[in-house]
Amino acid sequence: MHQLLRTRVNDFAVKLANVNGTGSASANGLLMQAIFRMGIPVSGKNLFPSNIQGLPTWYEIRVNKDGHTARALDYDLIVAMNSQTYARDVREVREGGYILYDSSWPLDKSLIRDDVTYLGVPLAELCNDHFKEPRERILMKNIAYAGAMIAALDVDMEIVRQLLDEKYSSKKALRESNLRALSLGYDYAKKHFQCPLPFFLEKMDTTSDKILIDGNTATALGCVYAGATVAAWYPITPSTSVMDAFRGFCDQYRRDPETGKNNCLIIQAEDELSAIGMVIGAAWTGARSFTSTSGPGISLMGELLGLAYYAEIPAVVMDIQRVGPSTGMPTRTQQGDIMACAYASHGDTKHILLFPSNPAECFEFAVKSFDLAERFQTPVFMLSDLDIGMNDWVVPRLTWDDAYQPDRGRVLDLGQLEKLSKFLRYTNEDENHIASRTLPGVHSNGAFFTRGSGHNRLGAYTESPDEYQDVVERLLRKHKAAAKFVPAPVIQKRDRARIGIVTLGGCDPAVREAIDLLPQRGIEADFMRIRGFPFSEDVEAFLNEHDVNFIVEQNRDAQLRSLLVLETDVAKSKLRSILAFGGFPLSAKNVTDGILEQVGELTHAIDR
Amino acid sequence: MPSIAKPVAIHPSLQKNVLGLTMRDYEGAMSTLCAGCGHDSVTAAIVRALWELATPPHMLAKMSGIGCSSKTPTYFVSGAHGFNSAHGRMAAIATGANAANRELTYIGISGDGDSLSIGLGHMCHAIRRNVKMLYIIENNGVYGLTKGQFSASADVGSKSKRGEPNRMAPIDPVALGLSLGATFIARSFSGDKEQLVPILKAGLAHRGFALVDVISPCVTFNDHVGSTKSYLHTRKHTRRVTESDFVPPATEILATIGQSGTTTVTMHDGSVVRFTGVPKDYDPTNRQRVTSYLQEHQGQGEVVTGLLYLDESVPDLHEMSNSPDQALSKVPYDKLCPGAAELAKLQEEYR
Ligand SMILES: Cc1ncc(C[n+]2csc(CCOP(=O)(O)OP(=O)(O)O)c2C)c(N)n1
Ligand code: SF4
Ligand SMILES: [Mg+2]
Repeated sequence: MHQLLRTRVNDFAVKLANVNGTGSASANGLLMQAIFRMGIPVSGKNLFPSNIQGLPTWYEIRVNKDGHTARALDYDLIVAMNSQTYARDVREVREGGYILYDSSWPLDKSLIRDDVTYLGVPLAELCNDHFKEPRERILMKNIAYAGAMIAALDVDMEIVRQLLDEKYSSKKALRESNLRALSLGYDYAKKHFQCPLPFFLEKMDTTSDKILIDGNTATALGCVYAGATVAAWYPITPSTSVMDAFRGFCDQYRRDPETGKNNCLIIQAEDELSAIGMVIGAAWTGARSFTSTSGPGISLMGELLGLAYYAEIPAVVMDIQRVGPSTGMPTRTQQGDIMACAYASHGDTKHILLFPSNPAECFEFAVKSFDLAERFQTPVFMLSDLDIGMNDWVVPRLTWDDAYQPDRGRVLDLGQLEKLSKFLRYTNEDENHIASRTLPGVHSNGAFFTRGSGHNRLGAYTESPDEYQDVVERLLRKHKAAAKFVPAPVIQKRDRARIGIVTLGGCDPAVREAIDLLPQRGIEADFMRIRGFPFSEDVEAFLNEHDVNFIVEQNRDAQLRSLLVLETDVAKSKLRSILAFGGFPLSAKNVTDGILEQVGELTHAIDR
Repeated sequence: MPSIAKPVAIHPSLQKNVLGLTMRDYEGAMSTLCAGCGHDSVTAAIVRALWELATPPHMLAKMSGIGCSSKTPTYFVSGAHGFNSAHGRMAAIATGANAANRELTYIGISGDGDSLSIGLGHMCHAIRRNVKMLYIIENNGVYGLTKGQFSASADVGSKSKRGEPNRMAPIDPVALGLSLGATFIARSFSGDKEQLVPILKAGLAHRGFALVDVISPCVTFNDHVGSTKSYLHTRKHTRRVTESDFVPPATEILATIGQSGTTTVTMHDGSVVRFTGVPKDYDPTNRQRVTSYLQEHQGQGEVVTGLLYLDESVPDLHEMSNSPDQALSKVPYDKLCPGAAELAKLQEEYR
């Protein structure tokens, strides 16, 4: 069988099929981290169920020397540790690939394919012989298969040992049992299989200036660096780890060394209505405040987001998107909240959206969210998703400029207020149509009544059509003005490309890979990744420059495309959709297949 | 509506408080509520309480939801920031505001619809968090602003204007507060300013969440015969169970406290609540006693009023969270941002 595969270095994909709750995560993470430390471009995607224990869960590792680490759909090696999903997992290995399984029990005849190689390791037997406690036996089975993979793929054993040393520096016994389990698998594989397999690893030097981090951790860190002091939330997958991480960083960085007090207040709210209410209340009194949530929370926050928009109060919402509608698939990824966030709430509302594509941008855009929210006195949404938020990504090291000062926007201070005779809330607009605001507790001259009911530019209650329109028309101009302040699109052009491929967020690596693959199929395409809404002139210009633009996104209803149709003057016929929305991270194949099919249709139509 | 000019009549009381402010300085825009609405009397009591306490207007934050009651923050202390938010959400917004700036004095004004239906959850959780604020429910048994539907506080058998009786059991904010561990619970009547003003002052001095349920009749939709929230019914059935007064922090007055027959509670800020008249079997510091007293007397159709329960020993949201004494919104940025060097160091953990 070996001959079927050419030898491939640092270019393969592995899928590990596990049972949720059996402790496989630490074995899988260990492998991923070891490959990262070997300096090789790598990604790890956790495809997990909405369940605590018992349901199937998969982990995919993609290694690619050229840096293409979007999800691969062809697997060279499957580690089949879950008998419930054996049949399906065996089917997914590519022709000539390998299946590593626990040979303590014989494989059912129906699972035998004659175009793949089976690597049987008696994991349960080995662990039963070497470990006493039942729980330990289950856990160590995972470490043992990691050992076998280390042999099969030529993972650097020194690095693995070092990782275990770091991880268990204060838990000697655990370190010993992990090492023992690793050797069980490793030695067995070395003895019984031809190691390494025809695809294997070799050290590179592409990751020394990188880190391995998930988007939610990076988001939380951004909130700390932005100076957020009030956070209110209601637990919901996949956003929970944002607040968990924020709490952790606050423990580390926000305990005042002199007073021992916490320079932050995190409130677990009773629901998302309350969470956003608290954020708005805190911003009204002048703190940087935020919430983290997911689609169902966005739906609940609707009414108050409109209040913040209309009364012009800053609010930052970290939306870690998951599959909707309704409860949907809580542990699967999607970009399904674009429309819901862009126009959240009843009446005429429009919000500022930021679309990070990876954890490094989560950090950067989290900070940006607060600056924009305070500058424009309005809610700002950062739309991350489960793939970005909960998977570990290899990204450039985060950097910080110590000269940074938060942009608190136009807030009148005591000196300014003392000189005022009467503060009129929605007057005195600047070139971006932003009025100055005041905070309670500074001076009586700044007092005004904040209201979600109809108001005129003076801030007074009104039911007059002219006075009402005057205010909401300014709000529209203010929103348009934000286009210059949101992160600019990332654009990469090729010679004479007539086709544009446009995407956002976590689709980035898959689309880039697709753009590299397409020339082999005769298609040259330019790339644009949109990073913010309202759309800037660059976005519109790019779309106009191309005969046709494929908008790649992860939702059924082409929400980014819809927003482009609504919010730019680009001809609708120039915008076509490539959609993948089943809940797993995007792969380049989704993009290339979609584009080839549509280009075929297009040329076919022209031929006729 | 601020567009209506305020008549320039001279207020009878031009007496000044320690800040040199008259009661007029604690007033707001002219009320647009129906003439005779109980809510306006509550407003008047608030004005007096704040004037007597000499709260600096700019240090006050007036929070409300939506409803006739929630409109009233416009009618007092125009020198304070106000936030007329969304129906039922005031408690959440006030919690966030308080979280960010604990230096302000918070007054929340709500209605029985606002607090006991759409915003019930938020109110309960604000009680649990013991958010330091005076929370007033202007309770009229109906939704005034949407024209007279029964609210959740309507008593069984109480009749609507069209004569239909309410059949569902009421939600009693006092009983609810007792069961949720509220640390300051009072009930009063908009027509009893003498009782209400000291209660409001004590509520403002309270360490945490001060829940004040004020029966505040709606003259337009719920003041007819057969309604249990009418002026007449309330007057007839009120039992003032506790008599209390409020003594601001001042040693000379403290000397007179502790005389026989009175119970005193020292508030967090050093002021004192003095219970001058309390029945023998009643103890405003004993949750069980208060609960059973209320069950017994309310079961007989009485409207029990007074400062009913008080506990100054429970920490508020900030004390529970170990937050700084100063407003979080004022913590300088350099104390909040760990900086570039720390970021570089931290990232060694993500290798
Ligand atoms: C989300 C929402 N639903 C419904 C309303 C309509 N509404 C306005 S006030 C109100 C009831 C007010 O009753 P209450 O709080 O008792 O105040 P009152 O007018 O009696 O003082 C309702 C239902 C609204 N403003 N918002
Ligand atoms: S409708 Fe009722 S509650 Fe509203 S203002 Fe009139 S009397 Fe007051
Ligand atoms: Mg009411």
